[in-house]
Amino acid sequence: MTASIGVQLDKISPEQWETPKAQAIAVEEPTFNITPPSGWFDINLKEVWAYRELLYFLVWRDLKVRYKQTAIGVAWVVLQPLFTMLLFSLVFGRLAKMPSQGLPYPVFYYCALLPWMYFATALTNATNTVVEQERVITKVYFPRVLLPVSAVVSGLVDFAVSLVMLIGLMAIFHLAPKPTALLLPLFLLLAIATALGTGLWLSALNAVYRDVRYTIPFLVQFWMFASPVAYPSSLVPERWRWLYGLNPMAGVIEGFRWALTGVGHPPSALLLVSSGAVIVLLSGGLIYFKNMEGTIADRI
Amino acid sequence: MSNVAIRIDNISKRYRLGRRERYLALRDVLTNTITAPLRFFRKSAEPEPEQIWALKDICLDVKQGEIVGMIGRNGAGKSTLLKVLTRITKPSSGRAQVWGRVGSLLEVGTGFHPELTGRENIFMSGSILGMRRTEIQRKFDEIVAFSGIEKFLDTPAKHYSSGMYTRLGFAVAAHLEPEVLLVDEVLAVGDLEFQKKCLGKMKEVSQGGRTVVLVSHQMNQIRRLCDKVLWMDFGQIRKLGPTAEVVGAYESALLAGANGNERRKEGPKAKARFLGWEIVEPRAELPHLLTSVGPFTVKFTVEINEPIRMGIHGIEINDPEGQRMWGNAVYNLNLQPGTYEFVHRVGSLPLKPGPYCWRVTLFNEHERIDIWDCIPELMVGAKPLSHPFDEWAGLLNVPSEFSINENGHHAAASASRI
Repeated sequence: MTASIGVQLDKISPEQWETPKAQAIAVEEPTFNITPPSGWFDINLKEVWAYRELLYFLVWRDLKVRYKQTAIGVAWVVLQPLFTMLLFSLVFGRLAKMPSQGLPYPVFYYCALLPWMYFATALTNATNTVVEQERVITKVYFPRVLLPVSAVVSGLVDFAVSLVMLIGLMAIFHLAPKPTALLLPLFLLLAIATALGTGLWLSALNAVYRDVRYTIPFLVQFWMFASPVAYPSSLVPERWRWLYGLNPMAGVIEGFRWALTGVGHPPSALLLVSSGAVIVLLSGGLIYFKNMEGTIADRI
Repeated sequence: MSNVAIRIDNISKRYRLGRRERYLALRDVLTNTITAPLRFFRKSAEPEPEQIWALKDICLDVKQGEIVGMIGRNGAGKSTLLKVLTRITKPSSGRAQVWGRVGSLLEVGTGFHPELTGRENIFMSGSILGMRRTEIQRKFDEIVAFSGIEKFLDTPAKHYSSGMYTRLGFAVAAHLEPEVLLVDEVLAVGDLEFQKKCLGKMKEVSQGGRTVVLVSHQMNQIRRLCDKVLWMDFGQIRKLGPTAEVVGAYESALLAGANGNERRKEGPKAKARFLGWEIVEPRAELPHLLTSVGPFTVKFTVEINEPIRMGIHGIEINDPEGQRMWGNAVYNLNLQPGTYEFVHRVGSLPLKPGPYCWRVTLFNEHERIDIWDCIPELMVGAKPLSHPFDEWAGLLNVPSEFSINENGHHAAASASRI
């Protein structure tokens, strides 16, 4: 072995493998702390905000994938509420002769189906999303709350398309949206909060008890009949109306009908109870989801 | 404090067996509160539910720029520790702090959706791994080039071969630029060419002064990349220290486990027998670990019960398949009864890292006195100096140098090794 060996060896001398000089970093505070689950409400909004781009991509993926490999693709967005509306008009309107507050049946039902279908889809997707994304959840960290949020947000695109359809439908019946329609975002917000609040509860539960997945179709169906979709809320006796309002979707749907067509009274009392119910539902859902978040990867 | 990248302070992680952890919250909180005063009087009223400590009291500091390897049997807690550090799951107790942006690579193709095209998946996966959109856009061409799937960029990933899937997944991950990278056994995928790229990338990352924690079962990979190794066993740190030592100890423990008892079995009273062996110089922490390709001294203890005349002492070194790497012998030994040390000074034993077995023999003229395949085995743990891939590395571990001459003069050309 000559002395020259080991000199100027390109990346092969052992010295090359010594620890690179540690650079002093300016950050004194750790980027993050890892602690056991605290069992208390510590939602980190700053972190969620930092991950907003991921939310964008989750929604984007959802939209991209949703109607892939379907023959008529995006047309489903239009057809689903349309067919449901026709079915409701036929069964509840023509056959059952439900009161429709003087509105043509198609408009009466579509006004309700618009928020209802958004809500039902958002709730179902939000509930299933955590289990569906199991692989990702067990392999990489991100604020898990983004999953149900993205499910709720991506439904808004379908909602927007359906809303445009509704305006067309109203035009057919020579109805124009009333100025009160400007209040729609408020009712929509209430629907979003209801879907998210319930979705947070159910998605976290679903991760542990898969039973939830099979309960969802029934829940959605029951909930629909507990909401004034197929009938006006005026059918509910006056003294029980406040109780009825505990179902936030009652306030939402009545609100939609009233805001768009101007028929009936502003559902103020109903809405007040509904808003209260939503706040409880949503904050409870956030706390429960947050508590599950830390160990969801182990339990899923 | 300022140059610590990861500080792990008494981290423990408990799992319950059989019973799902969901009962923990309500039932335990309730029973604990109710029985708290009672427990004062009678101890252990109820047997503890069966639980397993996937991690128990782990303490570790990783300095900035350090590359730490994590080794251990399956189920030793390596992946759990990574999952705690990546925040995928929370520890049961203790705390850890991390300074810097963390990238984790626990599988290849995280966040891929089979319905999305390659192009779309680059964005999806990149985003889930923590890259910004602008960052992905900036590196997009580089990622595509690295993956080598240009032609299939607009094909849905479900039509990809598993190789293409892996390449694309790694390409995205490789372009993460975290300050702290946590990697779980992902380099063991793909074909040779691709592995080469990956290893090159890992080296680039490590030389860039970034902190890496790497889990691997490939000891040669660990030897090449890591400054420090953490050996996990039953959720605890079995050993922590310089790579060669820890890997050597781990490999010899594996072999010892495979070969059973470490002590030489007591046979019938023989004329002479070998009792043990160790490396005297250079002295590593373990007596059976050879950490250099340079000169070393090894001694074998032998007990002579009857005089030996014109004896022969042979020594060989074999690889685990029994292939002889080197052998030599000395003749004309004349020894009276007693205990001796046979000392061999060896100029160099440039074997690629791994386990080997000494065979020492003692003959009396034509009569066999003792043959011993030494246990524990010799662990060669020198820094690897040959090709990073076992397939191309060969048996020897020798330093080498490369240059290009043109008409007898040093040429202004360049080349590099991976």
